Amino acid sequence: MDLSSINPTLLLASLIVASTPILLAALGELVVERAGVLNLGVEGMMITGAICGFAIAVNTGSPFVGFIAAALGGAALALLFAILTQLALANQVASGLALTLFGLGLSALLGQGYQGIKPPPTANIKIPVLSDLPVLGPVLFSHDLMVYLALALVATVWFVLNRTRAGLILRAVGENHGAAHALGYKVIRIRILAILFGGACAGLGGAYLSLVRVPQWTEGMTAGSGWIALALVVFASWKAGRVLLGAWLFGGISVLQLNLQAAGVAIPVEYLSMSPYLITILVLVIMSADKSRAPASLGRTFHASD
Amino acid sequence: MIQLEKRPQPSRLWTFLTPMLAVVITMIVGGALFAALGKNPVEAIRTIFWDPLFGEFAFYYRPQLLVKAAPLILIAIGLSLGFKAGIWNIGAEGQYIMGALAGAGVGLAFYPLEAAYIFPLMVIAGALGGWAWGMIPGLLKTRFGTNEILVSLMLVYVAEQLLAKMALGLLRNPDGRGFPGSRNLQQYPSAHNAEIIAGTGIHWGVVAALIAVIFAYILFTRHLLGYQIRLAGQAPKAARFAGVNPARLTLVCLGLSGALAGLAGMFEVSGPAGQINIDFNVGYGFTAIIVAFLGRLHPVGILLAGLLLALTFIGGENAESNLGLPAAAIQMFQGMLLFFLLAVDVLTNFRLRWKTAEVV
Repeated sequence: MDLSSINPTLLLASLIVASTPILLAALGELVVERAGVLNLGVEGMMITGAICGFAIAVNTGSPFVGFIAAALGGAALALLFAILTQLALANQVASGLALTLFGLGLSALLGQGYQGIKPPPTANIKIPVLSDLPVLGPVLFSHDLMVYLALALVATVWFVLNRTRAGLILRAVGENHGAAHALGYKVIRIRILAILFGGACAGLGGAYLSLVRVPQWTEGMTAGSGWIALALVVFASWKAGRVLLGAWLFGGISVLQLNLQAAGVAIPVEYLSMSPYLITILVLVIMSADKSRAPASLGRTFHASD
Repeated sequence: MIQLEKRPQPSRLWTFLTPMLAVVITMIVGGALFAALGKNPVEAIRTIFWDPLFGEFAFYYRPQLLVKAAPLILIAIGLSLGFKAGIWNIGAEGQYIMGALAGAGVGLAFYPLEAAYIFPLMVIAGALGGWAWGMIPGLLKTRFGTNEILVSLMLVYVAEQLLAKMALGLLRNPDGRGFPGSRNLQQYPSAHNAEIIAGTGIHWGVVAALIAVIFAYILFTRHLLGYQIRLAGQAPKAARFAGVNPARLTLVCLGLSGALAGLAGMFEVSGPAGQINIDFNVGYGFTAIIVAFLGRLHPVGILLAGLLLALTFIGGENAESNLGLPAAAIQMFQGMLLFFLLAVDVLTNFRLRWKTAEVV
């Protein structure tokens, strides 16, 4: 065992990278849930985004186009969920599960022939002066564009939800869809848009896994990230800022356990690998004492006749 | 413009028709998908749904149908209890693994002793293993209000890691020359879940699945618990007033579904699979969710849906080897089935009406 082989600066830098996929997915799901919809298909949308982004990036040679394709792929899958739950008024839990099962199959099918290929590299941005700072430079200022985009998205989601009229309407729909409908807001339309946004975010998160974090395509590569993102929303009490904190926490744990595995700690690899999932459960237990934060209409189907 | 008008009561007719409609639509869309993959759609559908039952090698496939359907039905019956009450156990895959580990563990502990009581002990251990794994989300939900969906799912990944650890560590075959995996229980007569009638595929798991179907049927039609489960799912408030204890119901549903999934895992590892290994679980726990919904959460429906999904497993393997259809296509096919079922289900609860837009 050699713990001195773990470099804290590199650890923090990879923490930021590791947290980005779940951060993106969780932010999307946060908006969906604030609109009163529970989409359990995050895992399916993420993995679909992962393969869409990967395949397009490999074929075009541009990771940027890949990320756009991933967002579209995730949103396309989310559209299926939106049609099911908002237009056909299907049960949201069942539809979300269907989305995950379908997404896992679809991605495996699309991913035929993409195994073992390296994607085009996503360039890291060099910021003059800032990137050269000791410690802070590698940790904060020498990442790729998506990392900064994810951080900007945290601020944007917070601002839109809490400081704009659109955010107020979205929250109203999530808290009491009957009242929002009575005020003349198009509940179904707003929810469909939120679901599409959530799908696009999950797709981006998945593509970040396959294009930057890993970077290659393997079947089932999201390995529960989508579910961790769902847990993150609960952990964050449906607040954008806390999603960031939670993502860093989970990113940190997964990076740390990988580093411990590499350093050859006396704990068996399998036990280290299960730690992110166990800690997710632990965090859920601690956070679920406070149920009051959940949007009041979460998971309830809206039909104008009710 | 089409408008939905809520039915006063779910249509009985459509309750029966929608699963069949969903299967037909899935076949059509699936056929189009296979055509897009460059396969002859008619041949692909025939290879999956017809050949295993009536084709040249049906004598081989028909027993397989029961072998694959048994765990699906056993797990789905358990899940249907919770789903009916609005308790979402989606971690059956993990409970299946834990049941197999517990069952095989007990069996291997007795090796090489031959005794009649070993197999019954393994059955009990398997049920207890799955039960314990299912009780974790149950207890956390009743004690702390933790979401059982997320916890039960997280525990699947934990169970998979535990399976790997056991296959490479504690349960590894000491005479296996370092290969991963336990002793093969098929070569240990006291622990072997052998076919009861040779050549039919009927092993104890199939019998258990049939018993589970009958018990679930009696439970829902004749027993107070079954009534309480239905009441809690359809009218939680009324259930509270009627004296249904929601915490107790949660524990019973999650515990029972865990135990049934554990049994399925135990029968699988001691029979068709034979040994604990890294790739022991093949997703029965997740496919069983589709089976439960496709069977309308009704025991007889689940029996039929389990047979149908088992057919897609076998037909899928068949199409993989004969037509070169990727294995993932079948997984997607199963996902699609659930999708279409949920979509056409709108017909059960709503009437479609043509309406000209009214000026309000």
